[in-house]
Amino acid sequence: MNKVWIIVRKEWAEVFKNRFVLFTVGFLPLLFTALPLITLYATRNAGDFGGLTSSDMPSSFLDLCGGEMSPAECGQFYIISQFMLLFMIMPLAIPVTIASYSIVGEKTTRTLEPVLATPVTTTELLAGKGLAAILPAIGATWLGFGIFAVGARILSASPIVLGRLTDALWLSAIFIVGPLLSIAAVSVAVMVSSRANDPRVAEQLSMLVILPLIGLFFGQIAGLFFINEQLITWMAFILLVVDAGLLALATHLFQRETILTRWK
Amino acid sequence: MLFSFCLYLEKQLIINKDRQVETMIKTDAITKRFDDVLAVDQLSLEVSAGEVFGFLGPNGAGKTTTIRMLTALIAPTTGTAIVAGAELGKNDYQIRKVVGILTESPGLYNRLSAERNLDFFARLYEVENVSAQIERYLRMLDLWDRRQDAVAEFSKGMRQKLAIARALLHEPQILFLDEPTSGLDPEAARLVRDFIDELSSEGRTIFMCTHNLDEADRLCDRIAVFNGHLLALDTPSALRRSVYARTVVFHLGDAHPGFVERLEAFPFVRSVEALQDKLVVGLDEPEVNNPIIVRALVEMGAEIQFVGELRRSLEDVYLRLVNQHDRASDDAR
Repeated sequence: MNKVWIIVRKEWAEVFKNRFVLFTVGFLPLLFTALPLITLYATRNAGDFGGLTSSDMPSSFLDLCGGEMSPAECGQFYIISQFMLLFMIMPLAIPVTIASYSIVGEKTTRTLEPVLATPVTTTELLAGKGLAAILPAIGATWLGFGIFAVGARILSASPIVLGRLTDALWLSAIFIVGPLLSIAAVSVAVMVSSRANDPRVAEQLSMLVILPLIGLFFGQIAGLFFINEQLITWMAFILLVVDAGLLALATHLFQRETILTRWK
Repeated sequence: MLFSFCLYLEKQLIINKDRQVETMIKTDAITKRFDDVLAVDQLSLEVSAGEVFGFLGPNGAGKTTTIRMLTALIAPTTGTAIVAGAELGKNDYQIRKVVGILTESPGLYNRLSAERNLDFFARLYEVENVSAQIERYLRMLDLWDRRQDAVAEFSKGMRQKLAIARALLHEPQILFLDEPTSGLDPEAARLVRDFIDELSSEGRTIFMCTHNLDEADRLCDRIAVFNGHLLALDTPSALRRSVYARTVVFHLGDAHPGFVERLEAFPFVRSVEALQDKLVVGLDEPEVNNPIIVRALVEMGAEIQFVGELRRSLEDVYLRLVNQHDRASDDAR
């Protein structure tokens, strides 16, 4: 584990000197945290939703609101809930950026061979690079959510709405699904980076991993479904299986001989 | 000159002593095949402790592949090897702990400082006193004052020196150098060669790939010429003798054609060539047979101005070996 942390620290020392990575890791969480807070602020008065009735919202969402919310509160909760997916995009986008620049950077500068010549296992190396990408993503997501939760309280959202924005559904999305998404993102980035010679190309290709979430977003907007506890549980379970498969593939690609002879 | 000679003697004593004690690298028909390409074919060699071993060959010969196998970076397809007492394929972790490698490309992290680069590798190699070792080698290679500077600001020669420092941090038993002076200006190349000389005088085992034949001639105790498989392996002087007969040049006032005929009659003469005022004679045991030739030439009225042995360069030897191999390969096809 010691060598894993040595690699993590080196990765952070190096990759965060890249302004583009720094921008992505810093700006994206700020933006994705500010947007729901701004929206919360803009919709804080029930009067903004004056005249809103139950028939104006998807029925599946009404089920989620339950009987405790007024139509206006339900409307506010509906709008803010869309931003849950932003908090799930963060743990996808940030590791993709970090891992792409890290791995492709090592390929182009040929720094991997001297590292592979040391008594470090490829598992340690992959774990180090993975954690170096995942930890900032999870940290930024959780910090962003923490700021959002505090901000929501300060902006005096309805106590009912506030309670729902920090309930088991949201917490599962942020603290369970988020990290699982990060693992998937890093695995995809490793696989794509093994074939790419430009970090921007690797990053853009790896970002395709966001498409399922975009699909969820539009599905939700269209009222086809809504992310509820059941869906989140299924997502977590599917991600566990997908992550296991992706990790196995990434580990297979991250062998010494494969890196030195097939990564071009 | 005397000091260099003493160093040379000391090195020979160390090598001879250690050769009785320890073989640092022993390969037994190691082969590496990549799909349809046979990169290394049945390579068998031994390198003794304290030896500077040169590994020469054209581009694409398989030299880097060989080094990668011996440093446990890639596995041989067949064959076995023992490196620093550890068996390749079974004790790779142990091998990586005790060998140092200077890769063909320095492979340094440009955004990090020299010190930070070395710190990272020192910790991966589990070096005990990291700061002290880093300082020692940075000072030795005259990089201490630039330790805080990003490697991106370093010249090519400085990067190469830093890469050498990286390879030495953990005091490896064997040092693998892949083209150590490639791309360096003459001054930087000389600094690196002098440093290798110094390492060799400390008794380190060095396995060196190089295209610079003068460098190999100067630094290496033995040289292997390789082009997919081993073409020749011996000391530089023995290689010269095995490929070329010893050649003596007789500088005359006038090289008469009759001289050539007369000399060719001697059984110990392998070749005679007349070049303007010179006779270039390939012969066995010049120490014994030169006086016979001199007498014969004087009897024929030759004015002998100067006699000297023609020292074939390692480049001549290398090119002949490689060309012979290429011709043989073409004939086989």
